[in-house]
Amino acid sequence: MKKPLFAASLALASFGAHAAGNDISAQAEEIFRSSFRSDNPKYWMTRLDQDDAMRLCSQYKDNPPPKVRVQIEKAQRATIRYPVDGKLIGDWKEGEKLAAVGTGGHIGFIQPDPPGRLRGGNCYACHQLAAKEVAYGTIGPSLQHFGKLRGNSDEIIKYAYDKIYNSNTFNACTNMPRFGLHNWLTPEQITHIVAFLVDPESPVNKD
Amino acid sequence: MADPMKIRASAKEGITEVKVLMSHEMETGQRKDSSGNLVPAHFITEVSAEHNGKQVLAAQFGTAISKNPYLAFKFKGGAKGDKLAVSWVDSKGDKRTDEVLIG
Amino acid sequence: MRTGLHAVLAAVVLGIGGSALAQGSTMDEITKYREMLADGNPAELLEMKGEELWKKPRGPKNVSLEQCDMGLGPGKLDGAYAQLPRYFADTKKVMDAESRLVHCMVTQQGFSEAEATRNWFSKPGRNSDIESLITYIGGKSNGAKIDVPARHPEEARMAKVGEYIFYRRSGPQDFSCAICHGQEGKRIRLQDLGNLTTRAGAGTAMGNWPSYRVSQGTVWTMQRRLIDCMRQARWPEPNYLADSIIALEVFLQKTASGTVMQTPGIKR
Repeated sequence: MKKPLFAASLALASFGAHAAGNDISAQAEEIFRSSFRSDNPKYWMTRLDQDDAMRLCSQYKDNPPPKVRVQIEKAQRATIRYPVDGKLIGDWKEGEKLAAVGTGGHIGFIQPDPPGRLRGGNCYACHQLAAKEVAYGTIGPSLQHFGKLRGNSDEIIKYAYDKIYNSNTFNACTNMPRFGLHNWLTPEQITHIVAFLVDPESPVNKD
Repeated sequence: MADPMKIRASAKEGITEVKVLMSHEMETGQRKDSSGNLVPAHFITEVSAEHNGKQVLAAQFGTAISKNPYLAFKFKGGAKGDKLAVSWVDSKGDKRTDEVLIG
Repeated sequence: MRTGLHAVLAAVVLGIGGSALAQGSTMDEITKYREMLADGNPAELLEMKGEELWKKPRGPKNVSLEQCDMGLGPGKLDGAYAQLPRYFADTKKVMDAESRLVHCMVTQQGFSEAEATRNWFSKPGRNSDIESLITYIGGKSNGAKIDVPARHPEEARMAKVGEYIFYRRSGPQDFSCAICHGQEGKRIRLQDLGNLTTRAGAGTAMGNWPSYRVSQGTVWTMQRRLIDCMRQARWPEPNYLADSIIALEVFLQKTASGTVMQTPGIKR
C-alpha cells in the first residue's frame, strides 16, 4: 500500500501516546500474529498489515483525539482514485445487484470462497436502502431516499463516490469499510452504487 | 444401533404431552458435498408412539423434516408411571426405539 | 435440511405488506420462531453423547476423562466451564475449556494432540467428540455465574491481549470485533449484534455458548465461534486453541462475569 510522505510525521506525532500502552501492544501483536496457522499463504497474511489509519483507530479504540482525527481524514482523502473517464455515476441496476452481494473474500481452510467469487458492497448488512428489502442492518444510518433528500448534483455524486471509496475521508475510524482503497470494489463498480443511491429512478428513491 | 432419542412425557388432567428429540442426519439426497458429489438420501420415514403397548401416534416423515427432528404431540389418556415408547425407521432400514415413564 | 423451517420463515416474511410494518412484524416472527426452537434444543442430544464420552475408557491408555481437572479439581465439572479460561499451575498456561479438555485427552488418555483435535468441529456426516464433550461440560455450568476475575498475572495479561485484539483493525474490510460488537442496539441484516464491551452484552453472549446453531445443524463451541468470526472478517485462519482465541475468551468472560449461564443455547 502506498504511504504518503506525511504518514511518517503522523506516526511520530502519535508515538508519545502509543508508548504508554506500548508494553502490552507489542506482546499482544506478537501473540496475535503467531496465532495464525503457518500454512496460511503469505498473500493471505498480508491482510494483517495495517496502514496508519488502521493502526491509529485500533490504538484509540475508534475514538481518536481531534488532531489525530483530522490528520487521518486528510491522509485518507489523498488515497481516492477516480474512473479514467471521470464519470462518477453509473447504472443503478448494476448498483442494486452489487449492494445486495455479501459474498467474496473469505479465506482460510474451513470455508473459503472459491476463486472468482463475486464481491459486492454488502450494503444491506449495515444500511436500509430500497423499501422492498426488509432484511437490512442498522450498523449504519438509513440510506432510504438518499437521492430524493439530497438531489443529484455533481457535489452529491462526488460525495457519495468519495464516501464509498474511502469512508474515513469524512469520518476517521468509521465502521464502514474502505471499499476503493482495499480494491474490494473497482472505481466503475462504485459509480454503479452511486447511481443506486442518487438516480431518481432507483428503488432507493421510490416508496 | 442409532443414537438415543431424548423423550419427555408428562400427564396432566387426562392429557399427556410428549416431546421427542431424535438424533438423525435427515439427508435429503439433494445436498452436495465439498467435492460436488450428491450425498445419498438417509432420512426417517416412519415414527410411531405407543402408550402401554397401544399405538397413540403414527407419522410419516420425509425430506422436508430437518436434521435432529423435534416432535411434540399430545394424546388423551396416560398417567404418571405409564410406559411411553417412541420408535422410528429410516430409509436405510435403520431403526431406534426408546422408552420413558410418563412423569 | 433446513427446508422445512426455512419455508415457514420465508412464507411469514412474504405474507407481510408495507415496509415499516414489515420491520416490526418480521422481527416478532423471528422471535416466535426462536422460542419454538428453544423448546426442543437438539444440543441435548450432544450433551447425552458428551456424557457418554466423558465416562467411557478411551485412547491408548484406556481410561475415562473422569479424573480430568477442568479447574475445580479432578472430575469436578459443576460450574467449571463458567470459571474458564484460567491459569493452570501444572501447565503454567492460561487455558480455556477446549485446550484443557485436549490436555486431558493427551496426558490422561494417551491420544496425540493431532488425534484429539482432528475433528475439532463436526460437519454433516462427520462427528466431533470435542463438540459433544464441550456441550456436556458447558451444560454442567448451566445456572452457574460466569466468574473470570483474571487476577493471576498471566490471566490479567491475557485479558489485556484479548482487549487489544478486540479493537485491532485487520483485513480488506478494516474489520475489528468492535466494528460489529462495540455498540448498543445494532444488527447486521436481521441478526441482532451483542455489545460485547458491556457486562450485559458480553453476558448474554458468553452465557449462551456452547450453543446449537440451527443453520449448521450442530453445536458450536466458543473456539469455533471466534474462529468463524475471524473468517467472516476476511482474516487468515488461526490455529485451533491458539493464544489469540484464548486471550479473546479471557477478555470476554471477564467482561461477562456475574452473568448466570444458560447453556446449551440455541441460535440461528
